[in-house]
Amino acid sequence: MLEIKDLHATVGGTEILKGLSLTIEPGEIHAIMGPNGSGKSTLSYVLAGREGYEVTGGRIIYEGEDLTQLNPEERAGKGIFLAFQYPVEIPGVPNSTFLKEAVNAVRRYNGEKELDAIKFMKMLRGKTKELDMSDEMLKRAVNVGFSGGEKKRNEVLQMAVLEPKLAILDETDSGLDIDALKIVADGVNALRSPERSSLVITHYQRLLDYIVPDKVHVLANGKIQRTGGKELAHELEKNGYADFVGEAA
Amino acid sequence: MVATAETVDQVQTISGEKYKYGFVTDIESEMAPMGLNEDIVRFISAKKQEPEWLLEYRLKAYRRWLEMPEPKWAKVDFPQIDYQAYHYYAAPKSDDDGPQSLDEVDPKLLETYEKLGIPLREQELLAGVKNVAVDYVFDSVSVATTFKKKLEEVGVIFCPISEALERCPDLVRKYMGSVVPMADNKHACLNAAVFTDGSFVYIPPGVRCPMELSTYFRINEMNTGQFERTLIIADKGSYVSYLEGCTAPMRDENQLHAAVVELIALDDAEIKYSTVQNWYPGDEDGKGGIYNFVTKRGACRGKNSKISWTQVETGSAITWKYPSCILQGDNSVGEFYSIAITNNAQQADTGTKMIHIGKNTTSRIISKGISAGKSDQTYRGLVKISPKAVDARNYTQCDSLLIGDKCGAHTVPYIESRNKGAIVEHEATTSTISEDQLFYLRQRGIPEEAAVALVVNGFCREVLQQLPMEFAVEAQKLVGISLEGSVG
Repeated sequence: MLEIKDLHATVGGTEILKGLSLTIEPGEIHAIMGPNGSGKSTLSYVLAGREGYEVTGGRIIYEGEDLTQLNPEERAGKGIFLAFQYPVEIPGVPNSTFLKEAVNAVRRYNGEKELDAIKFMKMLRGKTKELDMSDEMLKRAVNVGFSGGEKKRNEVLQMAVLEPKLAILDETDSGLDIDALKIVADGVNALRSPERSSLVITHYQRLLDYIVPDKVHVLANGKIQRTGGKELAHELEKNGYADFVGEAA
Repeated sequence: MVATAETVDQVQTISGEKYKYGFVTDIESEMAPMGLNEDIVRFISAKKQEPEWLLEYRLKAYRRWLEMPEPKWAKVDFPQIDYQAYHYYAAPKSDDDGPQSLDEVDPKLLETYEKLGIPLREQELLAGVKNVAVDYVFDSVSVATTFKKKLEEVGVIFCPISEALERCPDLVRKYMGSVVPMADNKHACLNAAVFTDGSFVYIPPGVRCPMELSTYFRINEMNTGQFERTLIIADKGSYVSYLEGCTAPMRDENQLHAAVVELIALDDAEIKYSTVQNWYPGDEDGKGGIYNFVTKRGACRGKNSKISWTQVETGSAITWKYPSCILQGDNSVGEFYSIAITNNAQQADTGTKMIHIGKNTTSRIISKGISAGKSDQTYRGLVKISPKAVDARNYTQCDSLLIGDKCGAHTVPYIESRNKGAIVEHEATTSTISEDQLFYLRQRGIPEEAAVALVVNGFCREVLQQLPMEFAVEAQKLVGISLEGSVG
């Protein structure tokens, strides 16, 4: 599914990722944990193709294709989804309009027929029901006036609607209460299938009680410092990241 | 809600077209000789077989016009207009005898309308969802008027103003120039001297006009100025919604458009006037394009009357336009909803005037300005409360959205309150489309230009919602098209 080899990336001329390697097989859920400033968000932005995040070395192969040549919308079209740490407000654009735009843009990209308004709304209502979200949220402008928890739920809704092949969650759990955390986890777990993969970036072990990862990586100083099973998360929770930061420095 | 999404879809399909309406219909025109003098004014009047009083009115206007200075206060920049370089009358020649039915209309003309996407034939109108009567203005002469019969049944008069001069000369004479005085400003004065055609609407007392009335203006002839004049009278307790759409072919020269629109609402009457203006904006370097110098004003003469202006201004090289309301009647309401989009080298100075005279009068101004490229635009508005306007209220909101770092947005609100009890509110914001927003939308698969169109449509939503459905869709499309090339 995703193969990252010796990835180097800079932001504003500063190297943040310094030879990161990571392979995710189809159906796997990987967690990346690490201290602040370790390059977690940078990795998610690099994968999504954000401008200003420059790949200076190594490669990212997604389903056999060099990802770095594609712009953000093309990557989205190919099934890469990034749940944002700080979801963005789009005033005046109803959530449902935005979602329909997105779904049909992705369908167009893949040469599929667009959904008409009726089919789309039916699909959307099904998703909100599954996620136990109110339809009222669909009428509101995208993320405008949403609480922190609502914003994250909205990310999960978008993920559910777009059904990505590779979902990247960038600290989606930060600032969430336990109920919201479960919704995020349910969203990820619902997507779990032999064809789909997830990359869960988190600061805390807590989320991983609900999303059980196949592998846990420790990212520090722009590199994967250690890889293990889910027990690694518990170890980190206990001992913190000091060892890894020290190691690299 | 759904329309927005579908619209952006449509934007997708038409992206790449720069100015869709940039074609020229090749039909022979009967033109007045180039230039302007008293003989030309007489020529126009004679062509239209006008009554003597109107010729006198025109001549008086022409003489006043010669003396008047150009309005200089707007924040727009253009070379001195050579008024002698225009033709002031151009009628399609094949129309000399006046077509009795659509079969007699020049097929090329019909073709033009087809390209514009106007369903001219009544059956097409009937077949579609639209319930719209259209008075087509092709250059200076109205070509065909649809649905006239249905309107006549309820007593509504909707016809070219030249025809109204024959059918109801007293109404025309009584109201023409009563809202926009002949010498209101140099552009309006020029219109008074040389106006060629335009629409006339009269809604009798108590009648709710059964359909949206619409005029499609189109400048076709090279070097033609278009000077249409529209007069709408809503008698007591009546209602009408009027739509005006404008396109013009691509030309290197700057064409002049100086229209006058007058609205009169009597007791308990309501007029809703919507414009989608898409005149040719000129090329990327600012060559060519329409000078859109328009005077639009409505008078709420009667108590409880209401006039609502909604405009979507995306075209023209220069827009100079301030649809206004004179709130004379007690409890009368004036509204101005505006979207102005400027891209490349376009300039727009637009806004409104709300003149509160009657008691308990209310006005509401919502202006959304979007600047892109190296364009420049100004919101200029006046809220004036007279001493007698007890309990007058105004709310004004001006939002500007900047795309790129070479454009400009300016807000110039004037407030003159001579009544201590008046409540006048003004809110203004300036924002940009953020890189965060674009990345967020693109990450969801929405291509960059569609993302911009989506953000801008969201920004304008409050105003777009004011438009009648069939116009809202077109307007949303235009939002996308007019911003093409503004990012990336």
